Amino acid sequence: MEFDWLFFSEVTLAGLGNSALLALTGLAFVLIYKATRVVNLAIGEMLMVGAYLFFSFTAGMGLPPLVAIPLALLGGAALGAIIERSIIRPMLGEAAISVLMVTIGLGSILIGVTEMIWGAEPTALPDFMGKAPIFIGDAYVSRKVVIGFSVAAVVIAGVLFAFRFWRGGVALRATASDQAAAYSCGINVPAVFSFAWIFAGAAAAGAGILVGAVGGISPAMGVFGLSALVVVIVGGLDSIAGALIGGMLVGLLEAWCGTYLGGEFKMLATFGLLMLVLVIRPYGLFGTVEIERL
Amino acid sequence: MTTPSPILSIDTLSLSFGGLKALTDVSFDVAPNSITAIIGPNGAGKTSLFNCISGFYTPRAGAIRFEGADITRTHPPHRAKLGLARTFQNIALFRGMTVLDNIKLGRHAHMKTNLFDALVYWGRAQKEEMELRAEVEEKIIDFLEINHIRNAPVASLAYGLRKRVELARALAMQPKVLMLDEPVAGMNREETEDMARFILDVKEEWGVTILMVEHDMGMVMDISDHVVVLNFGHVIARGRPSEVTQDPDVIKAYLGGSDVEALQRRIQGREAA
Repeated sequence: MEFDWLFFSEVTLAGLGNSALLALTGLAFVLIYKATRVVNLAIGEMLMVGAYLFFSFTAGMGLPPLVAIPLALLGGAALGAIIERSIIRPMLGEAAISVLMVTIGLGSILIGVTEMIWGAEPTALPDFMGKAPIFIGDAYVSRKVVIGFSVAAVVIAGVLFAFRFWRGGVALRATASDQAAAYSCGINVPAVFSFAWIFAGAAAAGAGILVGAVGGISPAMGVFGLSALVVVIVGGLDSIAGALIGGMLVGLLEAWCGTYLGGEFKMLATFGLLMLVLVIRPYGLFGTVEIERL
Repeated sequence: MTTPSPILSIDTLSLSFGGLKALTDVSFDVAPNSITAIIGPNGAGKTSLFNCISGFYTPRAGAIRFEGADITRTHPPHRAKLGLARTFQNIALFRGMTVLDNIKLGRHAHMKTNLFDALVYWGRAQKEEMELRAEVEEKIIDFLEINHIRNAPVASLAYGLRKRVELARALAMQPKVLMLDEPVAGMNREETEDMARFILDVKEEWGVTILMVEHDMGMVMDISDHVVVLNFGHVIARGRPSEVTQDPDVIKAYLGGSDVEALQRRIQGREAA
């Protein structure tokens, strides 16, 4: 049988769209982990709340998308700030596992609150991107996928750039490397913590809007965060470039396996990749290898 | 001659962790442009005292005054801005970065604009300030003789060099008081002598006041102007190095004897034998 290259490229392009969203969610996770060493398992739920906020602003209040998107991002940022100040900061100095458990609980609370406010039924987001398909060469790609990919790519590139050259990014890297030293160098470490959560909240809300636009929204859409978790473990918990590469790997793998082997192989492939990477590189592809020199 | 007013003054400082009293009524002054050493046996509270002065711990009672202003409850970043810089006992460098990046971070405290301004606004005054700072950094790199490793990642450096880079970063903060937590711990003779020379030069050429914790008695006695001895959280002696070494309490704390004269007789007896 002749291999259908056109179909393959369409599957690949769709996969890349998903990749970008995974990478964006992974980025939100990595930022928090890098700055505060908190493994935030509620990132998928923060993403979901962002999507619902957008839904409220557009479908509920009838605002145009160009107003609703910034509002939803602000809402996500505010959510990040509230979580950091009220839940995470009081846990400072507690064992990592305790904080991790708290984020699991937080995820459940966010799901519960969402169901109380918006109900448990899945809904579609109002269409705000248009439907006209885009062709790259002969290959058909959905408009949503193209927009999702472009937005995610721009945000990730911007963050990578900021980490290199912006003073705040450098402060965040310094905090990630040694909190005591950063504090004594005049870096306001608590402010860096807040900033990481605020930015991650906004990034997660943005990802939520894009994920919701492609697949609809429901209180259970936070499971997307589970794939994002695989992405960051594969890429390395504290590496932004790792989130990008890990996102690409997982997104493409899911698309190819889902199409050629069947949907039931998606998770098998994803978690197979996770196991393989963990065996070969326990700190992820680009994670910092933590070796204590005694 | 009147003594100049102290640049840093510690006033009846007490600190406890639960029931454990780490510091009790610790008082001493640091004269400007001097080297003050804090010594004492392990667990005497030296590092706790350092952490109070740099703002990592909040004391239970007492006050810390810097140039006359009470900074007891000021946050560490603000203290850095006022002119307090420190190094750490277990070198605290930013591992993923190069030597130069580490040194550059030292100037973070003095950036006047806030983070968001810096993102969008690059005024002329700011540019000039940046150039001035770059000049200072070059001076520091020259002075500490680390030009050959300026672009090396710090994780690859030998221990003695890392200590020097940490000192460079603290100097880049252009401090008035430089606090060094065991600057020569774990160094060999040669490295220790180099570091002692750097510390003296920092005082004399840069006019920086030095406050250090150190175990190396030889070095402390050689370069300090003033020594404070801590034991079990109390100041048991202070004064010029020669005075402190004669102090019976200090000898007792270090040698553990209850009868100092008997101890001295025993030592002399052994030497005679």
